[in-house]
Amino acid sequence: MHPIITAKPRDKLLLLGNEAIVRGALEGGLRVAAAYPGTPSSEIGNLLFQLQRHLPGLYFEFSTNEKVAMEVAAAAAASGLRSLTCMKHVGLNVAADALMTLAYIGVKGGMVIVTADDPFCHSSQNEQDNRYYARLSGLPMLEPSSPQEACEMTKYAFELSEKLELPVLLRTTTRVSHARAVVEVGEMAHYEGSVKGKFEKDPRRWVPVPAVARVRHQILLEKMREAMILADGSHWNRLYGKGPRGILVSGVAVNYVLDAVEELNLSEQLEVLALGFTHPHPAGLLTDFLKDKEIVLVVEELEPYLEEALRVVAQERNLQVSILGKSTGHLPRLFEFTPGQVKEAVARAFGLDYSRPDPPDLSWVPELPPRPPTLCPGCPHRETYRVIKEVLEELGELPRSIFPTDIGCYTLGLLPPIQMADYLICMGSSVGSAAGFSVATDQRIVSFIGDSTFFHAGLSSLANAVYNRHRFTLVIMDNETTAMTGHQPVPSQELRPPELEDRPRIDLEEVVKALGVSQVVSINPYKKEEAKAVIRPLLEGEKLAVIVSKAPCILYRARVKR
Amino acid sequence: MERKRILAVGVGGQGILLFSRVLGETALASGTAVAMSEVHGMAQRGGVVETNIVLGGIRSPLISEGEVDILVGLEPVETLRALPRARQDTIIISSTDPVIPQIVKDGLAPYPDLEEPLQRLKETFPRVYLFAGEQMAREAGTGKALNMVVLGALAGLGILPFSRDSFLEAIRKLVKPKFLEANLKAFEAGFAVTASS
Repeated sequence: MHPIITAKPRDKLLLLGNEAIVRGALEGGLRVAAAYPGTPSSEIGNLLFQLQRHLPGLYFEFSTNEKVAMEVAAAAAASGLRSLTCMKHVGLNVAADALMTLAYIGVKGGMVIVTADDPFCHSSQNEQDNRYYARLSGLPMLEPSSPQEACEMTKYAFELSEKLELPVLLRTTTRVSHARAVVEVGEMAHYEGSVKGKFEKDPRRWVPVPAVARVRHQILLEKMREAMILADGSHWNRLYGKGPRGILVSGVAVNYVLDAVEELNLSEQLEVLALGFTHPHPAGLLTDFLKDKEIVLVVEELEPYLEEALRVVAQERNLQVSILGKSTGHLPRLFEFTPGQVKEAVARAFGLDYSRPDPPDLSWVPELPPRPPTLCPGCPHRETYRVIKEVLEELGELPRSIFPTDIGCYTLGLLPPIQMADYLICMGSSVGSAAGFSVATDQRIVSFIGDSTFFHAGLSSLANAVYNRHRFTLVIMDNETTAMTGHQPVPSQELRPPELEDRPRIDLEEVVKALGVSQVVSINPYKKEEAKAVIRPLLEGEKLAVIVSKAPCILYRARVKR
Repeated sequence: MERKRILAVGVGGQGILLFSRVLGETALASGTAVAMSEVHGMAQRGGVVETNIVLGGIRSPLISEGEVDILVGLEPVETLRALPRARQDTIIISSTDPVIPQIVKDGLAPYPDLEEPLQRLKETFPRVYLFAGEQMAREAGTGKALNMVVLGALAGLGILPFSRDSFLEAIRKLVKPKFLEANLKAFEAGFAVTASS
């Protein structure tokens, strides 16, 4: 069995931040969890999927998208069970519709929503700061700075959630989710058999028609006041050192600040307030912190979320203190921080002499070839792109063709020599944007979407395309798995992990036909000439058509066959 | 223990995650504070990967420019690419067997001639250990054990306060039985490179 569930209280494990979240959730008695994968959150779902067969009374599912996953978890929590959903930052955009009103109706059992942000866009299309979702929705938020805190905070988040009857956001970043460090674990909850909740009807709570919603909004605001008092007294908000100068910090940057303070010998002259309970902001604690300060530096990645909260507190309490941070140019709003960058900002803010060690002479280093991520050798996506390109070339259509694309490994088709990815917004945008291009231009439109992404956000867009008579060719690249995030299941897959052998299979071609697309073909991209002959009429025509290109991801096939 | 910052660099698929897991488990078993930062996701698709490993109570799981105590390279071009994060006295351990980028295979960029740069590398830094790691791994039973050759070379330096046995113990814990013998052999081969010089 996995050490993450066999470990005894006080055992020390070397855990990834995401693994620590799972352990914390299992210590907290998690019963129902649902997720759609997305880096940097994916390991949470992967691990729960793997562990559930060892833990009777734990239910986990890979849902078709984040909104569905949040609704699954919300209903479980409404029934009194502890639940969790996890997603990457942009996944919360998909689930935002549910989130905003879930905040009104609340929960009974504790519910944790993990949002894993990705400063620097290591594996993402943007670097949005999801702390603003806490402010937008009015939900409490916790931000761990290390795997140890990730474990303990997740467990605490269930208690907090039940106390307030609100879901709790647990916000990580890549450098917390993918940090690996020693975690001293607590005690696992008991998993000894199926546990069912009970949904108690109460339409004046659970059905937010306008009259109910107006009442629930008031209740939410009252709860925010209660949550602020809890934040003020929370042991997740920690003070270090003492002095007339201060640093306010949260997230992974807590580590950078504490290292910098130590290395710059500032512990005796400076007070650090490291916040873990960051929404609502602890106004009382921030007031006390500001009272005896002349100058405070705010260190937080991405947006000036705490910096603005601190300015509000200073203004409300009429405190004269110099607040430094992003607005003063001490730190950027872009990308993730590095420890060296934070050390320099601290030194500059407090007038210390510090410069990085002299670099070695590296003038002799030759120009190095870049190594962008690429499609694996032998990847079926390469073959699909090749087949489509050759047909378009033969038809003389290539110069006037544009290629809306989507989120998955195949986005890498933007690189030479393929260069068949021209426009991308988000999950599912290949289908919706193709509709727009078909109205706005006379160009030939060939869109690409993966099997998992199609189930996630392509179905309703394709119905739209049929009904509104848009003309484009949609290529569904069916590689039997959610490849990029580590081979999670897809409803259409034939090649399955043993745990999912008994699930019904939803055939892509049948779904597309049922949506009313009249021209649908399936190809095997490795059988090039055969495939070309089949798709040629579709790529010549002017009607909506779908090509399902079927060939399993080679890595996934190797893994399942093993 | 004394604080140490180790930066391991390579290419997706070279086993850098297992390298850092073994190093981390060795530290944990030896009672040394350890934190690290790993790369998962899109970059693993043949891209540049790195693991930052900090030992001895450093909190930040990320290493900045000028902070690297030991640079561990699983691929020579990646070792060179990581040099801006080195100091003048950074210790360097690197395999010299190249992994040709797809972009080079596609004829869109050249792979540099490494003879002169590797010579200059030795002249620039005080302690540089270069070896044909993949070749050595193949001789140990599988080219995939390159990560253990490099780990052995790191252990053989004698700088980290972990015994050879504690490394071997961690390898036994984390490597699948089928590949264990080759991995242990690969570790020993790497160990000999730095321990003997």
